[in-house]
Amino acid sequence: MSDNIEKKVSEPLLSKKRKQLVSNPMDTDNPITIQVLGICSALAVTIALEGTVIMALAVFFVLVLANVLISAMRNTIPNRIRIIVQLVVVASLVAVVDQVLRAYAYEQSKALSVFVGLIITNCIVMGRLEAFAMGNKPWDSFLDGVGNAVGYGWIIIAIAFVRELFGAGKLFGQQVLPDSYIGNGFFATPAAACIILGLIIWILRAKSGYVED
Amino acid sequence: MSKFNKNSNGYIFGYAIMLTLVCGTLLAFVSEGLKDLQKAAMLLEKQQFILKAGLGADGLEGLSGPEVTELYNKIVKVEIINSSGEKVDADEAKLSVYKEYKKEDASTRALPVYVVGKKDNPSEVESYVLPTYGNGLWDNVWAYVAIDGDLETIEGIVFDHKAETPGLGARITDPEVQSRFAGKKLSYEVNGINAPDFQKGEGNDFTSSTNKVDGLSGATITAMGVNDMLDAYLTLYKPYLMSKKKK
Repeated sequence: MSDNIEKKVSEPLLSKKRKQLVSNPMDTDNPITIQVLGICSALAVTIALEGTVIMALAVFFVLVLANVLISAMRNTIPNRIRIIVQLVVVASLVAVVDQVLRAYAYEQSKALSVFVGLIITNCIVMGRLEAFAMGNKPWDSFLDGVGNAVGYGWIIIAIAFVRELFGAGKLFGQQVLPDSYIGNGFFATPAAACIILGLIIWILRAKSGYVED
Repeated sequence: MSKFNKNSNGYIFGYAIMLTLVCGTLLAFVSEGLKDLQKAAMLLEKQQFILKAGLGADGLEGLSGPEVTELYNKIVKVEIINSSGEKVDADEAKLSVYKEYKKEDASTRALPVYVVGKKDNPSEVESYVLPTYGNGLWDNVWAYVAIDGDLETIEGIVFDHKAETPGLGARITDPEVQSRFAGKKLSYEVNGINAPDFQKGEGNDFTSSTNKVDGLSGATITAMGVNDMLDAYLTLYKPYLMSKKKK
C-alpha cells in the first residue's frame, strides 16, 4: 500500500444515517404499518402478552443474526443461489430458536406451535436480507435488523396488550380488570387482531401523512 | 474474491455443500446439547398433567416446577397392567403410550395407571389417572383421565393434541372445556366402558346429565375423536377398575 492514498475516514459508529437505520423502521418505515409485512404472525400469536413477547424476541434474534451473517457472507454468495442461501441461514437460526424454546420455555413453545417455525417465511426477515443485508456492511445490517425487529415487536406487543386486556381482563396472565369483568370473546379471535392492527395503521399513517402510491 | 468465478457450477456446488455441512453440524450440536433439558421439560409436563387431572384443575395452583416434581414423587404411584387387569413388568420411564397405542392388537398394550394419593395422606387413594390415546381431526389426541375413588366419577381430565386447529379442535386444551367433564360418570356395560360424550353443538346445559358433555362448536370431528378415544381406551382398563371395585 502506498502512503499517498488518503486514509479513508470511516463513518462514526452511530452517525445520523445509521441512527435512522434503527429509528425509521420503528416509525416512518415500519415493516407492519407501512410495508404491511409479517401480518400472518401478527394476527396469530397476539392473543396473550407472554407468548407475544417471546415471539418478538425470537424474531429479533433471527432477524438481527440473519442480517449480520448474510451481510458478512454477501460477497461470497453466488448470485444464482442467494435466496436458497438466505433461507438456509434463516431456517437454521429458527431451528435453534425452536430447540431453545422447547428446552427453556416448553409451555410457551407449545402455545406458539407452528408460528415459531413460520418465522422462516416471515416476509420481514427475507425482505430485509434481500433488500438490505445483501448490499450493506455487517454493522449497518445489524442496526437495520434491530430497527425492523423492534418495529415489528412493538406493534405485535401493542396488539396483544389490547387483546389480552379486553379479551381476558388480564395482562401477562395476571388479572388486572375487576373479577366482575367478563372477557370479551371477540378479542380472543384473530378478527379482533385484524381490526386492532387496522386501527394502529390508521393512527400511525394519519400522524405521518403517509399515503400509498 | 476475484480468484473464483462465483457463477461457476463448481463454486456453487462447493458453496452449497459447505453451507449445508456448517449448518447441519451446528444444529446437531444444538439438538444434542439441549436434549436433556427438553426431556426434563416433557417429563415435567406429564407430571403436571397427571396431577392436574388427579387433584382437580386448581390442585397445582402456584407450584413451581421442582415443587410439582416433589409432590408427584410423594403422592403418585405407578402400576403397569395389561388389558386383563394383570400387572406386567415394564419400566414406566421408558413406556410410551403412543407406541403402545400403535400396537394393532389392543390386548397386548401395556397400560400405565397412575394412582394419585391424597395430598395430606399419600397412602389413601384420591384418584386413578388413566392415560388414553386416539385420533383427532389432523393427528393424535390424548388425555389423562382421573377416575375418583368410587371408580365411576371423573375427577378431572386433561387433553392434549398434536395438531388440532387452533381456536377450534385445539380448544380441548382449554381448562374450561376440560372442566366440563368433571363430575360426569363412566357407565360399565357388558362389552366395555361407556365414557361421557361430547354432544353436537355448544352452549347447551348438560349439568343434570351424568354422561353428556357440552360439545365444541366447529370442532365436531375432534370431539368425536375424543369420544371414541375415551370409550375405546377406558374399555381396556375395565378389568383393572372392576378388580378395584370389588375390594
